[in-house]
Amino acid sequence: MNIIELVAQWFADPAQWSGPAGIPVRLAEHLAYTGLTLLIAGAIAVPIGMYVGHTGKGRIAVVGAASALRALPTLGLLTLFVLLMGLGLMPPIWALVILTIPPLLAGAYSGIAAVDPTLVDAARGLGMTEWQVLAKVELPNALPVLLGGLRAAVLQVIATVAVVAYINLGGLGRYLIDGLAISDPVRMFGGAILIALLALVVDGILAVVQKFAVSPGLADRRRRKRRETPTVGAVQGGM
Amino acid sequence: MEQPHRTAAPVQGAEPMVSFRNVTKSYAAGHPAVDNLSLDLDRGAITVFVGPSGCGKTTSLRMINRMVEPSSGTVLVDGKDIAGQAPAALRRSMGYVLQSAGLLPHRTVLDNIGTVPRLNGVSRRQARTRARELLDVVGLPASLATRYPSQLSGGQQQRVGVARALAADPPILLMDEPFSAVDPVVRAELQQELLRLQQELAKTIVFVTHDIDEATLIGDKVAVFATGGRLAQFAPPEELLRAPVDDFVAGFVGRDRGFRSLSFRPADALPLHSAATATLGSLADAPAAGWLLVIDDGGAPVGWLPPGERSTAGLLVGGSLFRLGSTLRLALDAALSSPSGRGVAVDDAGRVAGLVDAEDVLKRLETGRAG
Repeated sequence: MNIIELVAQWFADPAQWSGPAGIPVRLAEHLAYTGLTLLIAGAIAVPIGMYVGHTGKGRIAVVGAASALRALPTLGLLTLFVLLMGLGLMPPIWALVILTIPPLLAGAYSGIAAVDPTLVDAARGLGMTEWQVLAKVELPNALPVLLGGLRAAVLQVIATVAVVAYINLGGLGRYLIDGLAISDPVRMFGGAILIALLALVVDGILAVVQKFAVSPGLADRRRRKRRETPTVGAVQGGM
Repeated sequence: MEQPHRTAAPVQGAEPMVSFRNVTKSYAAGHPAVDNLSLDLDRGAITVFVGPSGCGKTTSLRMINRMVEPSSGTVLVDGKDIAGQAPAALRRSMGYVLQSAGLLPHRTVLDNIGTVPRLNGVSRRQARTRARELLDVVGLPASLATRYPSQLSGGQQQRVGVARALAADPPILLMDEPFSAVDPVVRAELQQELLRLQQELAKTIVFVTHDIDEATLIGDKVAVFATGGRLAQFAPPEELLRAPVDDFVAGFVGRDRGFRSLSFRPADALPLHSAATATLGSLADAPAAGWLLVIDDGGAPVGWLPPGERSTAGLLVGGSLFRLGSTLRLALDAALSSPSGRGVAVDDAGRVAGLVDAEDVLKRLETGRAG
């Protein structure tokens, strides 16, 4: 039997689909880690990105910090946090948060900063307060780029969350780590397929969300802009 | 068609709506953008700020709604110093129309127009009802209500911009080069539309332009700014054309200001000469000598036939028409552009009323000067 057939058999085994080590539980764990990471990273990166985009203050610091963070090696960071904070849920989550901040920060910052300054000027001239300018004008117009950053971040987190299995946590990464430990390529292959599928499905859902969240009035402009300049392509880094 | 210039209808004796008192705006380096400006803007009138680029006209406009803060001096709106007023509330109390229209691309036409009422706490439904009324006021079809700005032409966007400025019914409209980004035909339309609107609404309008023709057409009073932010002259347009105070203003208003100043002179006492006319059906009976003006059965002019030519093949069309009660400029233009050398005067119904002579226009100017 070749590997494909073996993997198919692995998926077909009912034992894979039940119990505390079954695929549904691992999937739920994986999503929970991903969600927690995005929540914390978003709470840090999006307000900072919006502030910098709106005021233009600290632009250089933010761009520099985002590039620096992106250069950190995942596994090294994970090990460092575990050594400093001990085992448990939060040390690996913090390591993941640090890796997730750059794409979210870049999306929020560049989205807000790219809003036409004459539009912002008009909004102020109509009598909007700074908060209203941000909430009613800059944010809706930055949404395409901002959600682009979010999608890049989500893909990256789903792929990277696998490493938390390295330090005894769950998630789909267990199949990779355990498979490696007992030299079971079928289990590793199955785990990899699950992670890839999860990433594709979640990205598809976000694409639909983006379509409905962004005003149709921006559709033409966005298409034009995408042809002219790559906006978020630059923030999509790998592990 | 050009009307005789409206006489300003400001509320006489009333306090000015906007006053600049010794206002100067300097940026860190170089000359002031606005230099010691003192100016009173009449209620219910259109005041135009005109001048070359970099003369401080837009800066001056933006000091009225605190988009720019003066370096020294005070700006009064309705008698009150605006320095102590909250900028956002002050801006919502004035309509603001920008060159690029500045419409919010993510909102429909209706929601763009309703922006300021919504900021003032009006319900969405009420704001939309008001916005629908305004579509009509600015001459846009109701079918545009749910479109987005990117789906509109430049002229339509500007109309939406004007509607948005009017939505909260503010007493003051600030218009910053509102028509300069549209083509000349649409611009002329928008100008006439603005004058029509103003006759109904009687807002205090401050209008910035770099185009002296637009300034003299639109303005009840025109403030000419010179480079360096100096106010060179503040006068009604006819005075500006007739008596520019210095070389700068004379140069800025242009070489043909003498001709253009005829726009401000009514042509009521101009003598009318009788015309030899014939309808298309009765050309054969018309006398062969002299120019013949061909009219239709309703009495409206169709064209000219030169002496001796009495067939429709030789018909010369063209030449502008002089409507009775309009200006000397139109009377002279009708005469100069007519194939026969005499301009066709028509009454309000468009029927031929007689002919005008360029010489009579000039004579009329002479007597005006003597009187």
